[in-house]
Amino acid sequence: MQFTSSSIGRKILMAITGQAMVLFVVVHLLGNSSIFGWLNGGINAYAEHLHSLPLPIIIGVRMIMLAIVCVHIWFGIQLTIENRGGRPQQYAVKSTQKATFASENMIWTGSLLAIFIVYHLLQFTFQVISPETAALKNLVPLHSEMVPNVQGMVVAAFKNFFVSFIYVGAMVTLFLHLSHGIQSFFQTMGWSNDKSQPLIIRLGTLVALGLFLGYVTIPLTIFAGILKG
Amino acid sequence: MILDGKCPTGPIEQSWDKHRFDLKLVNPANKRKYNIIMVGTGLAGAAAAASLGELGYNVQAFCYQDSPRRAHSIAAQGGINAAKNYPSDGDSVMRLMYDTIKGGDFRAREADVWRLAQVSNNIIDQCVAQGVPFARDYAGYLDNRSFGGAQVSRTFYSRGLTGQQLLLGAYSALSRQIKAGSVTMHTRREMLDLVVVDGVARGITVRNLVTGELESYAADAVCLATGGYVNVFYLSTNAKGCSVTANWSAAKKGAFFANPCYTQIHPTCIPQAGEYQSKLTLMSESLRNDGRIWVPKKKEDVGKLPAEIPDADRDYYLERKYPSYGNLAPRDIASRSAKEACDAGLGVGPGGRGVYLDFADSIKRLSEDTVRERYGNLFEMYEKITDENAYKRPMRIYPAPHYAMGGLWVDYNLMSNIPGLFVLGEANFSVHGANRLGASALMQGLSDGYFVIPYTIGGYLVTVKPGAVTVDHPEFKKSIEDVKATTNKFLSINGKKTVTEFHRELGKIMWENVGMARSKESLTEAIKVIPQIRDDFWKNVKVTGTGAELNQQLENAGRVADFLEFGELLARDALHREESCGGHFRVEHQLPDGEAMRNDADFSYVGAWEYKGNNKEPELHKEPLKFETIHLAVRSYK
Amino acid sequence: MSDHKTMTLTLIVWRQKNANDSGKFETYTAKNITDHHSFLEMLDCVNEDLIHAGKEPIVFDHDCREGICGMCSQVINGAPHGGQDRTTVCQLHMRKFKDGDTIYIEPWRARAFPIIRDLIVDRAALDTIIQAGGYTSCHTGGVPDGNAIMIPKPIAEEATDAAECIGCGACVAGCPNGAAMLFTGAKVSQLALLPQGKAEAVARVKNMTAAMAECGFGNCTNHYECMAACPKGINVKFIARMNREFLKAQFA
Repeated sequence: MQFTSSSIGRKILMAITGQAMVLFVVVHLLGNSSIFGWLNGGINAYAEHLHSLPLPIIIGVRMIMLAIVCVHIWFGIQLTIENRGGRPQQYAVKSTQKATFASENMIWTGSLLAIFIVYHLLQFTFQVISPETAALKNLVPLHSEMVPNVQGMVVAAFKNFFVSFIYVGAMVTLFLHLSHGIQSFFQTMGWSNDKSQPLIIRLGTLVALGLFLGYVTIPLTIFAGILKG
Repeated sequence: MILDGKCPTGPIEQSWDKHRFDLKLVNPANKRKYNIIMVGTGLAGAAAAASLGELGYNVQAFCYQDSPRRAHSIAAQGGINAAKNYPSDGDSVMRLMYDTIKGGDFRAREADVWRLAQVSNNIIDQCVAQGVPFARDYAGYLDNRSFGGAQVSRTFYSRGLTGQQLLLGAYSALSRQIKAGSVTMHTRREMLDLVVVDGVARGITVRNLVTGELESYAADAVCLATGGYVNVFYLSTNAKGCSVTANWSAAKKGAFFANPCYTQIHPTCIPQAGEYQSKLTLMSESLRNDGRIWVPKKKEDVGKLPAEIPDADRDYYLERKYPSYGNLAPRDIASRSAKEACDAGLGVGPGGRGVYLDFADSIKRLSEDTVRERYGNLFEMYEKITDENAYKRPMRIYPAPHYAMGGLWVDYNLMSNIPGLFVLGEANFSVHGANRLGASALMQGLSDGYFVIPYTIGGYLVTVKPGAVTVDHPEFKKSIEDVKATTNKFLSINGKKTVTEFHRELGKIMWENVGMARSKESLTEAIKVIPQIRDDFWKNVKVTGTGAELNQQLENAGRVADFLEFGELLARDALHREESCGGHFRVEHQLPDGEAMRNDADFSYVGAWEYKGNNKEPELHKEPLKFETIHLAVRSYK
Repeated sequence: MSDHKTMTLTLIVWRQKNANDSGKFETYTAKNITDHHSFLEMLDCVNEDLIHAGKEPIVFDHDCREGICGMCSQVINGAPHGGQDRTTVCQLHMRKFKDGDTIYIEPWRARAFPIIRDLIVDRAALDTIIQAGGYTSCHTGGVPDGNAIMIPKPIAEEATDAAECIGCGACVAGCPNGAAMLFTGAKVSQLALLPQGKAEAVARVKNMTAAMAECGFGNCTNHYECMAACPKGINVKFIARMNREFLKAQFA
């Protein structure tokens, strides 16, 4: 049986692509946190630094990320449909012992995140949601150069309650998705046993919580007026 | 008729090797032309089906459960004996043979027991190769423990799950052959009739338990590995589905039933809690190593909490009666003594059917942790069932029917007196004599299945033309009609009592009159009452549903109807055997200390009964037992 | 001795005539049940009443009634085997229930386990998985001495942990996806741990997982409901080990 048609093979692909995205999310948070000013020039400098990378690298990374997301979504949907068929008739009484809200709703948290990613890309990458604050159109000086005003765009966006709300909501979803996803990676790859597993479960939840807190700080501090443009 | 076991002659040490050489072989190219039916897929059946399939025969295997992995061999806890002598404590094939013959109270064939002891070593090797996870010592070698009736450590084990692990090993070998196509497995089928054509076993009639359909299967040889019959007592340690039906159907077609009165009653089971109880659960006998057995001395103390009864008012009856062996007295003695105490009105717990097994002294001496380490799982199981914490208050135990040493008569080749009918494992009578030692049942099942039948069946098959009889033969049609008639009768009576009520009624009579202590009076009473229950059954039983569907009541009706006939045979055998030996204890025949008193002059034979028709007295045939290697002696464990 | 107070319970039981019938719940009353009745003995009592009333008794699988054969298979109030830790239905006792309780009793529900009648399902798929490779291909006879290959005690112990599986199918029944990963993982791990099983490890894990999919079992999503349902407490680490074996097999 082909790896990509076997049950465990597809699970392993889910796990690897998922974990790749976790790594991306970690790096992304580190980059975003430059908005708090630890990098000389803040998030504008960080964005400019990324954009100044050679074009093939930028396109390459984006293509790889796109492929990863597609594989994760494709197999995620496929496996979920199969699994729904695994027990065609539900029990009259639902009683779960170990399953969690997070583990039972991966497809829904995943779907919400997918929608969020599209929204997020439209807003901050393609900058088509609020053209008037688009960074590419509002250049600001940085080290004797004119660069896109990412900081201004982000702050303007998060000043809006609904935008902040969507982002915080998305991060709650991310937390749920990863609290099951991270520990699941180790189990699916076969890198856990009875002793390490409880630890991995706790660690996975902790990482998910860290990412959640890290990310929500940005919209929350902006909305609260602590972080200004 | 004087029966001949066809045992090889000459020095016992060479008997099996010589016999194997003398047996004719089936040409490898011809093996696939032979069909073999295997009924039952427990240790013996699964091992045999797998081995025969591997040799190249076409095997059709049957079991009543939904999978061959569920046979009741799975419930054996303790272990399996083998003469490996790994601990170098003086064990040998001869010693294992000696212990088994002596343990069986000199009522088994020497040659069969020698063979069993000889192949016991191969069994361990085979199981290890299959991936059976036996207990290991810290060096990584196989671990052994001691068991009753032996002074050497020869028992191999896997936690308290030895039977399960060995069965799963045989099941895996069987699964491999099913995949390879050499064995066809028919699950949820119950054998209801043996088809005999011109005096030769040619096939079986089974009921498909899912659809209710009756199916015929023809073969060149029929093997029964259908287990024991102690569910005749209703409450026993056997699984609910264990029955005598397959064996009894063979007996009714002319196969002799040997030594049915040899039944083993296990002393340490959890007592019955109420009338509704459906089975008894065994707890390892090893508990008697650290527990002290007692009952109150005075009847008025029976209802009191055990802690309220001072030591002076307790009767540690085994220690009192058997000072040297104490609580470790042999199974039959321990069982009987418990019954005597309860009959005297001193039993504790529901219905007064229980004695205390007290760990207080051991806990004081060894600490609760040590006791937990040794018996933790048993205490846990006891608590699950009784809701009592045995660390705080003594356990209650009571004996329960456990194993059938008797079974269909077979010769040295495991063939019954019907040519082409072979009987394996607990279903035959061969090696345990009147009493089976612990950890020997697993040994026998696997020995018969892996290492005996694959040789001996060839010796028979070369004498027959393969495929001589097919299911088109009128005898198969007749068999189906007979079974159908019985089924219709069950369904048409529409009486007032359920099948279980009749089974309970029979069980009560059997337990009280043909149980641990039998007397002429009690047996005569049983022989009088059982036919009455049987008559009532055929007039008054109520079976709901139809025969063309999954119908558990109908299944049970068939099994109980057979027990109602077989129970009488068991009582008759017990009545005729005017001696006590092993599991058969006649109160008229005992030594002053309560030990069984054998009568070698008159009863050193296998009693094999021939069915003569419904409500007719069966005919007794004898196979004299000769003891040339092991000399007859009084069994004593003092 | 705890006194024999009796209880009356309402049972809501799945009744289904055969595989083609659509099935429905029926309500029954269990009377005069004591603390000491096992769950199956309680059903026996209900059945005796039904038979006396000329009605069809509730059909359920059972055999050894001591928690080892794996025959019994009922989902009680949504939990396979009733949800008591390391306990099969036959070992579950009525003292876990209260007078007046309402109890839902259903069969295992999974695509791979079609219902045969009432509470009985067809678990042949589990045998099919074993037949795909749950064995060592040793011949009867012609094997080395049992002590020829040493097996370190911890390895033997861990293999036994996996081998304790009774094949009841509760893991499948408890899994929201109807997956047989714990069942298969336990057998794959037992044989992968032992030196005797290593020779065929690559083919075994591939064939057994393929059989698992062909039989219609779902995929693992790491809920660990299987472990909670398992009456023998088989750990999900054996699923992890099977995943590892599977991955290894891809490079072999």
